[in-house]
Amino acid sequence: MSLSAVDIAIIALYFAAVLGIGFYLRRFTKTGEDFFLAGREMTAWVAGLSFLAANLGSLELMGWAASAYQYGILAAHWYWIGAIPAMLFLGIVMIPFYYISKTHSVPGYLKLRFGEPARALSAISFGLMTVLMSGINMYSMALIMNVILGWDIHFSIWASSVTVALYVVLGGLLSAIFNEVLQFVLIWFGALLISIVGLIEVGGWSGLVARVHERFPNQDYTHLWSGLGSFTGNPMGIHWVGIVFGLGAVISMGYWTTDFLVVQRVIAAKDLRSAKLAPIIGAAFKMCVPFIVILPGLLGLAVLPEHLVGANEVTAGQHSYNEVLPLMLARYCGPGLLGLGITALIAGFMSGMAGNVTAFSTVWTYDIYRAMIRKNATDQHYVTMGRWCTILGVLVSIGTAYMVMSFKSIMDYVQALFSFFIAPLFGTVILGMLWKRATPAGGFWGLLAGTASSIGMWAWVQLDHSAIRYVALSANAQDMAENMFRALWSWIVCVIVTVVVSLMTEPKPMSELKGLVYGETDIPSEGHLPLWHRPIFWAGVVSAVFVVIQVIFW
Amino acid sequence: MQRSGMISIWFFIGVLLLAYGILILASGVWELSSPPEHPVVLANLHVGIWWGALMIVLGGFYTFRFLPGRK
Repeated sequence: MSLSAVDIAIIALYFAAVLGIGFYLRRFTKTGEDFFLAGREMTAWVAGLSFLAANLGSLELMGWAASAYQYGILAAHWYWIGAIPAMLFLGIVMIPFYYISKTHSVPGYLKLRFGEPARALSAISFGLMTVLMSGINMYSMALIMNVILGWDIHFSIWASSVTVALYVVLGGLLSAIFNEVLQFVLIWFGALLISIVGLIEVGGWSGLVARVHERFPNQDYTHLWSGLGSFTGNPMGIHWVGIVFGLGAVISMGYWTTDFLVVQRVIAAKDLRSAKLAPIIGAAFKMCVPFIVILPGLLGLAVLPEHLVGANEVTAGQHSYNEVLPLMLARYCGPGLLGLGITALIAGFMSGMAGNVTAFSTVWTYDIYRAMIRKNATDQHYVTMGRWCTILGVLVSIGTAYMVMSFKSIMDYVQALFSFFIAPLFGTVILGMLWKRATPAGGFWGLLAGTASSIGMWAWVQLDHSAIRYVALSANAQDMAENMFRALWSWIVCVIVTVVVSLMTEPKPMSELKGLVYGETDIPSEGHLPLWHRPIFWAGVVSAVFVVIQVIFW
Repeated sequence: MQRSGMISIWFFIGVLLLAYGILILASGVWELSSPPEHPVVLANLHVGIWWGALMIVLGGFYTFRFLPGRK
């Protein structure tokens, strides 16, 4: 695939725009509140779109398109049951506690609710996970640019990361959020065309289903739920219990409600109603993302002349699943549109990376540096530390990207790392918010036990693969299924240990739980607002559409 | 998130969409007069022309609607 002068102009304009925004916003970023929380002035729309864009990294765009080619429409579960209920739960149930407690971060909430040890454990594990994920994102982007466009892998890594570092250092979270909204729009304009033209080519959804069944008669790639009654009835080798309870109830709840990368955007909203609406707006758009990510993967199954293979099985002249989105882009997009599509992929990478580095610099500065190293410095000192920390985060991410080149299987290990920390953290935070009796000791030991049990189960399966029949309840379970069940067990361990230790230890006095826990927090009533201004009304609308979609694609 | 004196994000988005729309539309029109040697699938739809036009309309609207200094 080669780029024309128009394509290159479009990509160059994009880089100029994001850097220009960073330089422009520098003058508005003076205090710590500006740099780390964008002055808490975001409207619901900006916070909601940014909340979603921070999650749309290059792994998300290309990885899930690849998964759709590999597993069919089952990959859409990660956008629907694996996101929508959790995002609505965040908006309606959890945001009031984050917002009213005025915390700067999720580890900061754990400090207020459970004390310093729980904060330290979650801050360190979050920092580690964030830079690793950022590096993996960076590497996957550079690899695609190398494979598809022949760009030098080092050039891709350094040009994109230096740009992100510059605009985040200049304008902090404000600049990251501004650019994320811009990137969100570009991702849609760049990727939507593939689905529209692809559907025209195959003759609509029914034509797509017919072509896929004709080309792959032995697998069901087009039903969302009907093949999940057994581990062997679907291409993913997963059971509906794993999808509903592992993905829907634990992993997605953990990710969308406690991963500070996304929560940071919501607590930057200008008031509580906007903060509650932001994840609901994000959920409405999230429901549509399969149209630009999953559908191109399915269209690839229907129209690409060759059969794509796994990354480890590629031989000369073959393409891997990971290349399905760029291949579809090249199939339909001529000069100009190709540049727009490549810009969408770069924008996805940058929004994901900026999300990681802003969250990392906030957690490092407030929850590690200020909490453990230098407690009483000036606000300006912490802003300077945040700027340096952004550069440090980017450099460590670049280091991780280079490490991935040497150890290809680290992709799997990082996915595992992600599940180690997120599922137990959700157990700790949700008990902290909803159960007054949870004690500081219960919170800390529950989090530690949940994380340790998750790592333990992972190590057990690594050492003896037959153990998967205990962890994932079936010897036929695939890696994805193992992740779901491991998350579910580690969450249960976290909850049980938190409850048992809490019942054996002294709770905090009620006066110290004000604004932190259900029953001790004055949540402003919305009864006086017209129905269409209430977050709960829009959450109901999104829920109804979600149910209809499940039925349509059952 | 409109701080005093701050240009709206929607203005930046409008300007970029407008610029992209002009480039993509011009490229689509150019392809009409000199068709490429290896056309993309469904090139007869001239996707670049209508996608570029859509971006110009939306970009123009947002640029004008959020123009700095406009009440």
